[in-house]
Amino acid sequence: MRVALYVTCLVDGLFPDVGKATVRLLRRLGCQVEVPLEQTCCGQMHINTGYPKAALPLIRNEVAAFAGYDAVVLPSGSCTGSVRHQHAELAESAGDRELAESVRELAGRTHELSEFLVDVLQTTDVGAYYPHRVTYHPTCHSLRLLGVADRPLRLLREVAGIDLVELPQAESCCGFGGTFALKNAGVSTAMLADKMRAVLDTGAEVCSAGDSSCLMHIGGGLGRLRSGVRTVHLAQILASSR
Amino acid sequence: MPTGRGNISTPAKFPVLAETALANSQLRRNLANATTTIRAKRAGVVAELPDWQQLRAAGAAIKDDVLAHLGEYLEQLEQRVTERGGTVHWAPDAQAANQIVVELARQAGAREVVKVKSMATQEIGLNEALAAAGIPAWETDLAELIVQLGHDKPSHILVPAIHRNRAEIREIFLREMAEVDPRLSDEPAALAEAARRHLRRKFLLAEVAVSGANFAVAETGTLAVVESEGNGRMCLTLPRTLITVMGIEKLLPTWRDLEVFLQLLPRSSTGERMNPYTSMWTGATEGQQFHLVLLDNGRTATLADPAGRSALRCIRCSACLNVCPVYERTGGHAYGSVYPGPIGAVLSPQLTGLGGNRTNASLPYASSLCGACYQVCPVAIDIPSMLVHLRARAVAAEPRYSPERVSMAALAWAMADAGRWRRALRLGRFGRLFRRSRLLPPPLSGWTSSRELPVPPRETFRDWWQREGRDETTVVEAGRSEPAGRRLAETEPGASQPGPTESGAAG
Repeated sequence: MRVALYVTCLVDGLFPDVGKATVRLLRRLGCQVEVPLEQTCCGQMHINTGYPKAALPLIRNEVAAFAGYDAVVLPSGSCTGSVRHQHAELAESAGDRELAESVRELAGRTHELSEFLVDVLQTTDVGAYYPHRVTYHPTCHSLRLLGVADRPLRLLREVAGIDLVELPQAESCCGFGGTFALKNAGVSTAMLADKMRAVLDTGAEVCSAGDSSCLMHIGGGLGRLRSGVRTVHLAQILASSR
Repeated sequence: MPTGRGNISTPAKFPVLAETALANSQLRRNLANATTTIRAKRAGVVAELPDWQQLRAAGAAIKDDVLAHLGEYLEQLEQRVTERGGTVHWAPDAQAANQIVVELARQAGAREVVKVKSMATQEIGLNEALAAAGIPAWETDLAELIVQLGHDKPSHILVPAIHRNRAEIREIFLREMAEVDPRLSDEPAALAEAARRHLRRKFLLAEVAVSGANFAVAETGTLAVVESEGNGRMCLTLPRTLITVMGIEKLLPTWRDLEVFLQLLPRSSTGERMNPYTSMWTGATEGQQFHLVLLDNGRTATLADPAGRSALRCIRCSACLNVCPVYERTGGHAYGSVYPGPIGAVLSPQLTGLGGNRTNASLPYASSLCGACYQVCPVAIDIPSMLVHLRARAVAAEPRYSPERVSMAALAWAMADAGRWRRALRLGRFGRLFRRSRLLPPPLSGWTSSRELPVPPRETFRDWWQREGRDETTVVEAGRSEPAGRRLAETEPGASQPGPTESGAAG
């Protein structure tokens, strides 16, 4: 299967290891992975901050970059959500029917990583080995916008050596919310404090999630506290092997 | 189109008011306890119904039908109410509605009025208008009474005193109720008994009652109030004159539609299968007078925006407040308006308009877009999408060259072309220079006030891909993790091998 990795701007620029892990994982599972270098960003930050028009060229760019691949995989629930639930509507409201049509077609073959593994590759045991105590935070957009449900947990449960511990109040938002973390830094921090308390209560050494953005937030807080807990993307755990 | 006025404008931007709330430990605890309890109750009773999603879809469809034919249904309602001996008044805004009610109360010779819990009258500031006319208005809903006696403002749609605990309520009663027993305890039953004695006198003396309405059935002219205490029913039946102030969106086309909403509302609001008291009335009974004030106050303007109008489906259940992680930490006062929480963040700025109201324009940003509100909304209002839409409307009303607009445009320009983006990402490496910085200037200080900055890597993903990643024979390390605190301890650029690989995978 010819799979295009939509690596996302955040992973590209700040967390390349998450992209590398996704490549390694998909290759191990027999996918022919390609990274169209014309890709940039899904534009979600612009859309969600109130600048939808600025995102239109990014959507056009995205449609051109990912034309023709069997599947497009993102190591992010949030960016997948933007492709699937925002782009067509945005193109429509800008009066660009053709773009709306193309992005709808793209959305149909776009998958968040855990969806791709479980639904398309039909596997939950990806042959990973990760001998650490891990707790998993289901990110809001993967959970409520995409409905990935327990797919990430099903994948994690099959990982050899893992000590997977349940996160209390797992479904509460970590407080990131894109520019919300800047514009409403106080409330964002209050939400983060509760999330960190929940993570620390588990005694886990690793907090994992399917979005680098939320992990950047949780990890930024845990790091500031010198808590000794690190954040690791789901792809990195699944890519790890003996 | 005329916009709404009254208690739907926040006096200051949300982040400013939120800071006060965040620092109030008592408030934080009261809110967390109350929202957690009611959230669990709701989840339990909603899970009992196998057809909840169908009910929700029906609720949305019925309300959309009302909104699409609002004019016709309103005229039908007016006709039915009039036929049954009631009088209908049309109020374009808060001021007009207050004038009508004050005038009607005067005509009825009222020295004071008793009130059924009502959001519409809170919205227009009716109590203040009546007080200015020399007619005190007494809240009879227990929580509204607590708020009123505390010279406070409601902070929740359903549980307006949610920010108070019982010890605080006891103090308010001791201070404000002249007749109360000074040995009053803070047991809920004792507090309720004190309120009951206090209110009973008001019920018996009042000439005029003022209510809101949960529903109005266009087909029959019937109004409905749903409550828990029975105090509303006392107001609806005892005084000689009843004045109901109702937002024009509260309509239902037919009697049968109540079937859907009387299931959706109690389960979503109090987490009960059925509410204790549902009072319905059609027109006026003999010897009594009934006036219905239909309130617009920005609703028609809201209806005009196709991407915002479904906010008018709202049945004021508060489920979105109870699940909102922002509301849970700030409470309702941070939203300024009488409509707090997620629904307030989409409703208040639409009612007032976003153009001339920069403080209300901060409300759509009071959300992390986590989507919990949409999930529980009994009439399926897609609040997150609407917040995003209203942010765009707020930006459109901003000055043309705000710093944010300029940075957003610059970023979008860089991102619209892969070549430019690649160069911009490489510049990002200079961010490594700031990796020892604990504080950055605004607006980035919002981040660094409580969170470490991520350190840009020496090589972006795309540069790695071009250098070696695309070669399928390359053995890719399982990505290294970001250990907390690594940021400060990290080796200098050019130093040999970074830390151990996450999995021990060979490079």
